[in-house]
Amino acid sequence: MEILVASAIGILTAAGVYLVLRLRAFPVILGIALLSYAVNVFLFASGRLATGLPPILNKYAEVGYTDPLPQALTLTAIVISFGMTAVLVMIALGSYLESAEDGVNIDIHRPDVDDDDDDKVDGETVSAKTGGAR
Amino acid sequence: MNHWIIAPVILPALIAPLIAWVMRFDISLARAASMAGTILLLGIAIGLFVLSADGSVHVYKLGNWEPPFGIVLVLDRLSALMVLLTAVLALLVLIHVIATDWDRKGRHFHALFQFQLMGIFGAFLTGDAFNLFVFFEVLLIASYGLMLHGGGRARLKAGLQYVIMNLAGSTLFLFALGTLYATTGTLNIADIGLRVREIPVEDAALVRVAAMLLMVVFAIKAAIFPVQFWLTGTYANAPAPVAALFAIMTKVGAYSILRMYTISFGPDVEATGTMPGDWLFWGALVTTAAGAIGVIGSRRLMTLLSFAVIGSMGTLMLAISAMTPDSAVAALYYLLHSTFAAAALFLLADLVVTRRREGDVLRAGMPIVQNGLFTALFFGAAIGMAGMPPLSGFLGKLLVLETVRDMPYWAWAWAVVLIGSLLTIIGFARTGSSLFWKPSAYAGEAPEPDETLDRPAGALALAPTMAAVAMLGLLTVFAHPVSTYLEATAAQLFQPDAYLAIIPAPEPGKGG
Repeated sequence: MEILVASAIGILTAAGVYLVLRLRAFPVILGIALLSYAVNVFLFASGRLATGLPPILNKYAEVGYTDPLPQALTLTAIVISFGMTAVLVMIALGSYLESAEDGVNIDIHRPDVDDDDDDKVDGETVSAKTGGAR
Repeated sequence: MNHWIIAPVILPALIAPLIAWVMRFDISLARAASMAGTILLLGIAIGLFVLSADGSVHVYKLGNWEPPFGIVLVLDRLSALMVLLTAVLALLVLIHVIATDWDRKGRHFHALFQFQLMGIFGAFLTGDAFNLFVFFEVLLIASYGLMLHGGGRARLKAGLQYVIMNLAGSTLFLFALGTLYATTGTLNIADIGLRVREIPVEDAALVRVAAMLLMVVFAIKAAIFPVQFWLTGTYANAPAPVAALFAIMTKVGAYSILRMYTISFGPDVEATGTMPGDWLFWGALVTTAAGAIGVIGSRRLMTLLSFAVIGSMGTLMLAISAMTPDSAVAALYYLLHSTFAAAALFLLADLVVTRRREGDVLRAGMPIVQNGLFTALFFGAAIGMAGMPPLSGFLGKLLVLETVRDMPYWAWAWAVVLIGSLLTIIGFARTGSSLFWKPSAYAGEAPEPDETLDRPAGALALAPTMAAVAMLGLLTVFAHPVSTYLEATAAQLFQPDAYLAIIPAPEPGKGG
């Protein structure tokens, strides 16, 4: 079982890292999701792997138990990563709708173009700015 | 158990939803609530500061569970100092935002602002590494909202990068915590400290891995090379007052490093030894250089200030990397200074950029309204940031240089910090002259007057910037009492007995 869990974490992480490095919004979101799956399994395994054991101590008999804390940590991590993925999707959508492309890289900044004039075409902005200043 | 310790977390957590739901359509009501909450927080922060000033370590046990099993908040001198710093900065930023109407440019500014404060206060007060992760997420998710406040194409694109960078960082944080829990069986900061001091060196490989993974995570927050690239895009495109508030966010990373690598993985821990400091040193060195080169190469005011922040974080981390009580004093003094210097510059940048016809592009145009006043403020803040006498930046850098002299590669640190300071001075001098000086010789025809551009800044809008610059002066004038307090703070960090004593009678080998 150890080899299965370990390779699952490894493959998920590798795929996640690869997708994040694609630098397009949708693959990056999928990559972040895969990374969070990987880390959830990893957190779960950090309390040692056990099958069929209850996560509670039994004071009447000497029976084994599995560590309940990693399960609580994993639950917290799942909730947070779920919320964060939702936020990321919304921001990526907003960024795509504003700029009509889904690249994650920031385009090289041209100091003579004012970013706030979104409604103007770049060329117009440039001429207006340079004309105004000189 | 003193219940006021949790008040800085609870109060914003109650005010924020109230603002978001009840006062969402009434900006004056939201402003009043947000302001009242922030003033109250400042009062509480002062109270906590006084409470911890006698050197005692206060523990707040949530649900009254005993520390290794329950979650605790811990208030010591360092936590109280950071909470007070945040509260002061928050008040300055909030006054600026209200006076300049930034909060009208988007929705829910005040709710997000309060959530942001909740996350920052929580991160400074928590005594549990997993809780630190949770509060990091709280402050990050609020910072996403604040960073995107006002919208616009460039801001959204930069915001997307910022969110992705931090989500990757959070994942790394969880990997580090998982490794730490697997090896020590605990996530309480004090308990980790006790356990790793018992682990034999030959079995400590995983502890070292966890310690360095955590270092990378905090380095992302503190913007240390090679993970500092997110900062310029974020700060330069965020609303300027939000960037001023973010001046404390990089300090959260610095605080976490200072806390974890003294209490948990201190220099006396055999498992990690001096390894964290050794790696941090070279990272900080490159960061300082990168900041200085960025300052001199920037063509926009906001980018220039962002690089100045990176440079100051590098200098701060150089001091921390020495890992001695003296270096912690230098680091904390420089931390106080650089927070107010960065805040002053970003707040001033907001006042100036909104009045320039060229925006924040560093090119001489026509003089702006109140040119002389802004020049004086910029001069003061830039002197502070660049580290020239007589303001606190000079004293801070002097302390940092003094403390790194015991390190093996101190000559490198001196060379980089001094040359970096020179480049920063040149960069700021050039900026000042193209923003304020050259325009006074403007000979072209006057462009048509513009109501919004030519409106002079009122007293309320100017007050926060002036106060931030004044704080630099106060830090200089009261350098001795401040450094005496910081010496006591550093002593508490490097003799962690009182902090470690919050764990009653540790039982090695239990849990895990």
